[in-house]
Amino acid sequence: MKEKIEALRREIETALSVTETGRAVYEVKLKFQAELKGIMSGMKDLPKEDRPTFGKVVNEFKQAMEALFEERAVVVRQMEMEKKYAAERVDISMPGKNYKAGALHPITLVKNELIDIFAGMGFKVFEGPEIETDYYNFTALNTPKDHPARDMQDTFYLADNLLLRTQTSAGQIRVMEKQTPPIKILSPGRVFRSDDDATHSPMFHQMEGLVVDKGITLCDLQGMLAEFAKKMFSTSTKVRLRPSYFPFTEPSVEVDLSCSECGGKGCRLCKGTGWIEVLGAGMVNRHVLENCGVDPDEYTGFAFGMGIERIAMLKYGINNIKTLFENDTRFLEQFED
Amino acid sequence: MKAPLSWLKDYVDIDISAEQLAEKLFSCGFEVEELVYLGEKISRVVVGEVKALTPHPDSDHMQICVVDCGEEYGREIQIVTGADNVYVGMKTPCALDNSTVVESDPKALEKNPDGIKKIKKGKLRGVESFGMLCSGEELGINDDYYDGAEYYGLLDLDKSAPVGEDIRKIVGLDDWIFDISITANRPDCQCILGIAREVAAVLGKPLKEPSYAFTAHKTNAAPVKVEVQAPDLCPRYVGHYVENIQGGKSPAWMRKRLALSGIRSISPIVDITNFVLLEMGQPMHAFDADDLAGRKIVVRRAEQGEKIVTLDEKEFTLNPENLVICDGEKPVALAGIMGGLNSEIKATTKNVFFESAKFARDNVRKTSRALGQSSDSSSRFEKGVDAYTNAYGMARALHLIEELGCGTVTELCEDVCAADLTPRKMTASVKKINALLGIVVPNEEILAILNRLNFKPSLSGDTLTVEIPGYRDDVDYYPDLAEEIIRMYGYDHITPTFLEKASVTGGGLNDEQKKELHLKNVLRAQGFLEAYNYSFYSPKEFDLMKLPENAEERNAVRILNPISEELSVMRTFLAPSMLGNAVRNIRRGNDEGREFEVANIYLPKNTEAGEQPEERKTLVLGIWGAKCDFFDMKGAVEKISELFHLNFTYERAEKPYLHPGVSANVLVGKKIVGAIGELDPAIALSLGLDKKVYLGELDLEELKDSLDDKIAYKNLPKFPAVKRDLALIADEKLTSGEIEEVLLHSCKYVTAAKLFDVYRGGQLPEGKKSMAYTLTFTPDSTAEKAFTPEVLDGFVKKILGNLKYKLGVELR
Repeated sequence: MKEKIEALRREIETALSVTETGRAVYEVKLKFQAELKGIMSGMKDLPKEDRPTFGKVVNEFKQAMEALFEERAVVVRQMEMEKKYAAERVDISMPGKNYKAGALHPITLVKNELIDIFAGMGFKVFEGPEIETDYYNFTALNTPKDHPARDMQDTFYLADNLLLRTQTSAGQIRVMEKQTPPIKILSPGRVFRSDDDATHSPMFHQMEGLVVDKGITLCDLQGMLAEFAKKMFSTSTKVRLRPSYFPFTEPSVEVDLSCSECGGKGCRLCKGTGWIEVLGAGMVNRHVLENCGVDPDEYTGFAFGMGIERIAMLKYGINNIKTLFENDTRFLEQFED
Repeated sequence: MKAPLSWLKDYVDIDISAEQLAEKLFSCGFEVEELVYLGEKISRVVVGEVKALTPHPDSDHMQICVVDCGEEYGREIQIVTGADNVYVGMKTPCALDNSTVVESDPKALEKNPDGIKKIKKGKLRGVESFGMLCSGEELGINDDYYDGAEYYGLLDLDKSAPVGEDIRKIVGLDDWIFDISITANRPDCQCILGIAREVAAVLGKPLKEPSYAFTAHKTNAAPVKVEVQAPDLCPRYVGHYVENIQGGKSPAWMRKRLALSGIRSISPIVDITNFVLLEMGQPMHAFDADDLAGRKIVVRRAEQGEKIVTLDEKEFTLNPENLVICDGEKPVALAGIMGGLNSEIKATTKNVFFESAKFARDNVRKTSRALGQSSDSSSRFEKGVDAYTNAYGMARALHLIEELGCGTVTELCEDVCAADLTPRKMTASVKKINALLGIVVPNEEILAILNRLNFKPSLSGDTLTVEIPGYRDDVDYYPDLAEEIIRMYGYDHITPTFLEKASVTGGGLNDEQKKELHLKNVLRAQGFLEAYNYSFYSPKEFDLMKLPENAEERNAVRILNPISEELSVMRTFLAPSMLGNAVRNIRRGNDEGREFEVANIYLPKNTEAGEQPEERKTLVLGIWGAKCDFFDMKGAVEKISELFHLNFTYERAEKPYLHPGVSANVLVGKKIVGAIGELDPAIALSLGLDKKVYLGELDLEELKDSLDDKIAYKNLPKFPAVKRDLALIADEKLTSGEIEEVLLHSCKYVTAAKLFDVYRGGQLPEGKKSMAYTLTFTPDSTAEKAFTPEVLDGFVKKILGNLKYKLGVELR
C-alpha cells in the first residue's frame, strides 16, 4: 500500500512539475483523484485493525497532495500571467488613439459665462427678433428718424420700416411693454451693421442688460458692473465710468475696465492707458420708459450693452474678428473646455 | 473735431499742460483721440543770423556761411548752403549738428515713412559744414504759417527773431492739436468756441467771448429780400448785405488759424466764412449779390427736375425733397450743402450777400446722400446747427469783415425766423437728481457747476431753476442736468452699491434656452465643433444647391442696401453655410471635421408691407472626411432624438442638393422636421471636393413642442432582460427599418432590436440578404418570474410568423 502511495506521489509530483497552465494542473488533479480512489477502494482488502492507520496515512497523503496542487496552481497562474504580459506587450511609443472631442464656439462660451454671472444676480434671458421694425430698433429707443445718432450705426434695411437690428437694445422695449417692473433681463444675440473691414464684421453679437425698479441709481450700475468685472476677468479688475452719449440712456457712460494684461500699468493691449473700453451703459432715458408705458417718475433703471466678440477677443487674445466667423476647425478645436 | 491749443487759449486762460487738459476733457465727456505736438519732427533747429559769406572754392553756386546761433549753440558756426537767397544779416532757421527736420523728398519718404530727416555735420565738396540752413518746407510749413515759407530757398525770418531761439516758437510749431471725439448730442461742441466753453467750465475759468461788434453803414443799394417758403426745413435765415468788397490777402493770424485746421487761404471773404465755421460752428455762405436776379432770396423746395450747377461745376437734377436757395428766377445754392456756380464769389465781386441759416439736419443729410454731394457745411448741418448761433455767426463774420477791412457792412439785413428763440426755463428737484445718481452732490457744487456751464441756476428749497443755454438743444429733463452735474463733479464720486432698494428677482435660462444649451453640449460630446456663420449669404447659393426656380428656399428676405451681392439674402436654410464651412476647411487641409450651427432662418411674410419675417431656430450639421458615412450623420441625429425624447423616423428624401440614394427626411410622427444625407456628388464635383460631405438640418421649432419632458420613472424589473439573436433572410429590397418595425411590434416584451450584421452572397439565393438582429426581451417590472426558454421560444415563433406573413422574411 505504502509503495503504491509513494509511487503515486512521485508520479503526480513529476506530472505537476511540468504543468504550465491551470488546465494542466486541473487534469493532473483529476488523475490523482482517480488513482486515489483506486487506492481507497483497496482498503476493504486490509485487515480491520490496519484500516484506521491506513486511513490516516491516506488522509495525510491527500491533504499533502492538495496543498501541492494549490501551490502549483499559484505558480502556474503566475506563469500564465507572465506569458499574457509578454504576449500583450505593446509599443508604447506608438501614437495614442484620439477620439476628437468637439467644442463650443468662443462666442457661445462667453455668452454662457455672461449669462451665468448675471443669472446669479437675478437676470432672466430674453431673445428678441433679429429682424426688427424701425420702431423697436430706433424710435422707441429715443432715436427718431432725424436723430444724428442714427448716423452712428449703418443699418441694413429690408423694407422702409424693416431692418436687421443694429443693437440688442431693441429687446428692452419688447420686454418693458409686456412686463411690469421689477425687470431684470439680459438680451444676447446677433446684431448687424453695414461695416466690413479689418476690425468690423457686418454681423456680431451683443449682450444687453436692463434693470428697471424703484430707486435704481447710477451707483447701482457701478456696483453691478464691478461685480461683473470681477467675475468675468479677475478680482482685481477695476471699473471706471466716464461720460458718453447714447440716445436711450441719460446720463450715459462708457465703461472701462482696468487692463487685464498689465493690471493698469499700461501696455500694448490697452494702448498704454491702463484701461480697456468694454461696454456702454447708462440710466434708462425717461422717454424710453414712457414709450413702454413705464412711469418714469415712479421707476428708474439702468441698461448696459457689450460686444460679445470684443470680450471673447480680450479673454482669449484673438486678434482678428474675422477668424470668429471662418469656422476653421483648427481655430474651433482650441476652445475645448 | 480738431482744436489747436493756441486757438483755445484765445478764449480761456489755460494754465495747465496739453496732456493735463486732455485728461480734463476726457473726464467731462470729450475723449481726445489724438494729441499731436506740431513740432514733434523738429529738434535742435534754432534761429541763426548769417554773419559772413564766402564763395565755395569748388562750387559755383554754394557759399560758406558763418552763422551766429547764440551763446548756447555757438557764435561762429560754419555751414555750407546752396540757397540763392542767402545774404549777410539774414536770420534763418539753422539745423545744428544732430538735429532733425521734416523730410520732404518723396523718394526718401518711401524709405522713411516717419518723415524725419536727420542732420549731421559733414563735408560738402571738401568744406566742413556743421549743420544746415533750412527752407520752410524743411520745417513742414507753408506761407499760411509764416510768410515766405513756400520760397524755394532759405526761410527769411523776421529780423526781430532772437538768435538761438527754438525755431518752433518762431514759426508757430510750438503748438498742440487736440483731435476730440464729440458725441452726437453735443453738436454745439463741433467748433473751437464750443470746446473752449467746455474747457472754461472744466477749469473753472471765465470764457473770453470773441467780438461780435460791427457798425452798420447806410447804403444806397437796393435791399435783398428774403422769403422762406419752407420754414420746416429752414427754421431761421439770417442775411446781411456787405459792399465794397476788397480782394487781397487775409492777415497772417487768420491764415495760420486756417492752416492749423488744414484749410488753405483763398480770399478774405472765403476765409471769413471758413473761419466762422471753425470758430463758431456756423456754416456761412457768401453770394455775389450782383448775380442775384430780382434782389431776392427765396428758400423753397426744388421743383421736380429743376437743375443746379454747384461751385465744383457738377450738375444735379433736383426734386421736391431737396431744399434750394433761389434768387428771383433760379436756384443759386443747394441749401446747406454747396453754393451755385452762377453766384459764386469772384475776383471781381463788389457786393456780397451773406447767409447764416439753420437747415433741418435730416433734410440736409438726405439730400447730401441722394445726390452724393457733401461739404464741410453739409456735414456740420447734419450734426445739427442751433438757431441761436445763426445770429452770432453772422455778427462774428461782419466783425471780421471790418477787422480785415475787406468790405463795408451795410444796414441791409434780413432775419426770417420761425424758431422760438426765447430762452427755455426748466425746474428740477435736487432730490430727484441725487436719487438718480445715488449720491448727494452738495448744493453749492450743483450751483457752481451749472453756473460754469452757463445755465444760470437758482435754488429755492428743493427746486432748482435753470435757463438752458441757446446752444444746448440736447437738454430737456432733470436727468440731463444730472448728467451735466456728474460729468463735472466727477464720476469717481460714484461709489458702487448693489441694488439697495430693488426687489429680489429670480434669474436664469428658461426651459427652451436650457434645452438649446444642452443640445449644443450633446453635439459637442459627439465631436462636433460649433460654428457661427453670417445670417446672410449670396443668392448664388440657391443655384449651387441646385434648387429649382419654384423652390420654397428661394423665397428669401433681401437686404435693400447689402455690403455686396455675396451678403444680400437672409438665410432660408442653413445647409449652404455649412457646406461653405466644409469646403473652406477641406481647401485649407482640414480633411476631416464635424461642425454644427444653431441659428435662425428667416421666412418672409409680407416684407414690403413691413411685416416681420418668421424666425425659426434651426440646427445644421456637417460631417466631412474620407472615412465618414451616412450613419455618422444619422447617429448624431438619433442622439438628438434621445435628447428631445422623440422618436424620429426616416424616409427617403428628394432634396436637390443631397445624394438621392443616401439621404433621408427626418420625421416626428407624420411631420417632416429635417433632412440628412450626403452632398449630391454632382455638387461635390462642381466644387472639386475629393472628400465626402454629409449635411443635416433640423427645424428646432418643431422639436420644441416636445419640451414638456418630465422624466417618467419606471421601477426596474426584478428579472433581467434576455437577449436572442435572429439571422433572417430577406428580400434585397426590404429595408432594415421595415424589418425592425415588425420585430418591435410583434411582441410587447421586445424593447430593442439591434442590427448587427448584414451578409450577401455565399449560399444565399440571388436577390436575398441575411440580416442579423439582437432582440432584447424585457419582463414587466411586476413580473414574478424570469422568462423561461420555452416562453421565449413562443415569442420568437410569433415574431417569425409575423415576419413571414408581413414581409416574407424567414429565419436563415
